[in-house]
Amino acid sequence: MPVQILTAGFQLDKAENQKKWEISRRRFIQMAGMGGAATAAIALIPNVIADKQTDTRLPEHVPDVENGRIRKWMMIIDQRKCDGCQSQDSPPKCTAACITGHYVPEPMQWIEVYEHEISKDPELQPGSDITAPIEGTTFFPTPCQQCQNPPCVNVCPVGATWTTPEGVTLIDQERCIGCRMCMAACPYERRFFTWSDPPVPPEALFVKYDPTHQVPLKKGVVAKCDFCPEMARSGQLPYCAQACPQGAIYYGDLEEDVATNGEEVVKVSRFLAENSAFRYKEELGTRPRVYYIPGHGEEAGRKPTDTGLKPTVWNHRTVPEGARKWKRSGR
Amino acid sequence: METLRPVDTSPETPETRLQQRVFAPMLHTERAFYVWIGFLLAVIALGAVAYYFQARDGLFVTGMRDRIMWGLYIALFVVFIGASMAGTFVSAILRIAKAEWRGPIVRGAEIMTVAALVTAAFFVFLDMGRPDRALNIVMFGRWESPLVWDVYGLTTYLAGSMVYLYLAMIPDLAIVRDEVGDKLSGPRAFLVRKFAVAWVFERSQMAQLGAALAVMTIIMIPVAVMMHTVTSWIFGMTLREPWNNPMFGIFFVVGAVYSGIGLIVILMAVMRKVYRLEEFITDRHFLNLGYMLAAAAGVMVFFNVSDFVTLGYKLSADATFNLDQMVSGELAPVFWIYIWAGLLLPIAVIVIPRTRTIPGIVAAAVAANIGMFLERYFIVVGGLRVPLNPYEPANYAPSWVEWSLMAAGISLFLLMVTLMLKFLPNMAMWEIHEQTEHAGAPIEQAKALEAGA
Repeated sequence: MPVQILTAGFQLDKAENQKKWEISRRRFIQMAGMGGAATAAIALIPNVIADKQTDTRLPEHVPDVENGRIRKWMMIIDQRKCDGCQSQDSPPKCTAACITGHYVPEPMQWIEVYEHEISKDPELQPGSDITAPIEGTTFFPTPCQQCQNPPCVNVCPVGATWTTPEGVTLIDQERCIGCRMCMAACPYERRFFTWSDPPVPPEALFVKYDPTHQVPLKKGVVAKCDFCPEMARSGQLPYCAQACPQGAIYYGDLEEDVATNGEEVVKVSRFLAENSAFRYKEELGTRPRVYYIPGHGEEAGRKPTDTGLKPTVWNHRTVPEGARKWKRSGR
Repeated sequence: METLRPVDTSPETPETRLQQRVFAPMLHTERAFYVWIGFLLAVIALGAVAYYFQARDGLFVTGMRDRIMWGLYIALFVVFIGASMAGTFVSAILRIAKAEWRGPIVRGAEIMTVAALVTAAFFVFLDMGRPDRALNIVMFGRWESPLVWDVYGLTTYLAGSMVYLYLAMIPDLAIVRDEVGDKLSGPRAFLVRKFAVAWVFERSQMAQLGAALAVMTIIMIPVAVMMHTVTSWIFGMTLREPWNNPMFGIFFVVGAVYSGIGLIVILMAVMRKVYRLEEFITDRHFLNLGYMLAAAAGVMVFFNVSDFVTLGYKLSADATFNLDQMVSGELAPVFWIYIWAGLLLPIAVIVIPRTRTIPGIVAAAVAANIGMFLERYFIVVGGLRVPLNPYEPANYAPSWVEWSLMAAGISLFLLMVTLMLKFLPNMAMWEIHEQTEHAGAPIEQAKALEAGA
């Protein structure tokens, strides 16, 4: 009964109300448009705030500009020379040097040597008249590919990873929120997460943290190869290039068109063109700055059938008491 | 007080019986309610213990690692975003479609939307490596990132659905204020009075409310579609094999509709039982939603077939790996339960007349939601399992911390729904009333017609 009394008012006006409820197509579009515009305006607010703060965090990393030129750091990995350090009877020394230089915790290998099978195709069996090496493996040292269309940078929600004008993609561990979207986006799987307090040696704690030299690593953030641009600027090669006993890793500057492995200096454009260089997963359009020259370690005297790689060890002298180690692939 | 117990005692009108049903949980608290709330709080406490370990040791305590770096949390985020479709679907889409039977279920569905969105945000928070920096998303948010689209989408959607929930509730709050306002405790009566904003069912008020609801209805549908699309784009914006798929957006929208309808059916069944609403939530409601459930399942089947045929025909290396792991590999149990129990069983239950009963439809809805949970799980884990470099594929199994926090998240959702259903008018009395008026016959006549037909 009471409801009837309360609702009497609108029962009388039912016809009128109904008219109000029905809306024309034009009105529909108007309202949808207004709603969309309002939503977009609200959505822009954080961006406006963010714009004020962008790129003020690294004033000291303004790139070297000499004669109006900006360096374009790049790397050439000559697979003809890479024997996975089989001749040294050791785990890959590039990985080891990187681990030592950056105090990289287990199980990260910022430059990781993968063993690619030359062909899995059953039709290319030994005994056929194809002369190319058709069985066995090649070694494929894989640092961060330093893409110029970097999927990881595109998806980062907070701008914690960005590409410098020199073309190097860095991570700011002090801004990273640990969402791991960049790890999902990276098609080369060159990003690593600190799942707990990372097992870094205590001496790493004395290093001043800097995005170009990610030491010491923090908990709950993403890390990766930083391409050592600060070392290059001071006239040194990155740890990996310094440590390669075969001189398979060249580091250089695309702008100056020159690269070196420490022994020999090459003109990049010519060196790449003459040696059928390629980039890893070129078809993805990520435009990496790391080039490969195909081979299977023949210049170091390796045969493709000499398979196997010594596993990397993290020989930090000490790691903190109770530091947790984890595996890359799962618990 | 006693006369308000929901027992058929007098020759009341359907309207007053409806009011009694709605007021009963607001005025009386049964022991079972405290037991249920206590149970939910206990589960949430277990989750808090689990989260203590996660906060102390980092995400190390989960089963996630570098290769499969998302797991149960992100799957559950997608599940609850999907669940949020429930309210939008029933109240907005059915309102636009002028489906008059929606009346008794809109309130519960809208409550579920709000609770589901809060729970989805909860799971994103759990997944963060640095929850202490959550505000960075506001301070440094980049609109280029799909995750930020999700943050914008979720906050817009949550704000919109709360406004929507509240607007449609004003007349009911006024009825509560006028009918039982003096029986509520002081603060509650005060809140009800304030939120009923001097509502007196005047013609101008009804017209304004009608216009406001029409605007919100029109805004909510594109917002919901956007939300489910940008959720899929967290995956779709990567270069990984099964995710790098332009169909993902619409696939997630339909998946959300499917699981959302299922959740409404479950909610209806529970409300009907707990609040004794047999008179208002009838076979007709279950049948209508059952048919929609079957239709959505059909569209899901179409999407799955389309996906498998287009990828399986060409068999590129990554697609082959993905199909293998689904059909006969590591994820085969999850995948086949999804296909058979999650999609085909609900269709069969609803198509076969013998099983097309209320228990049958509820069972189909439960199966649909379990199936959709499994689907989200294998989308997340399966997509990350496809190797990008030459190594043995990684495996993932959630740890006890993840299972505990999953239970806690679901409990949080149920707690929010329970509390809102108890403290707010749990059915849209004025809309039911308006609809019976609109049909030109009181509820009993309508029922009689239905029984005859």
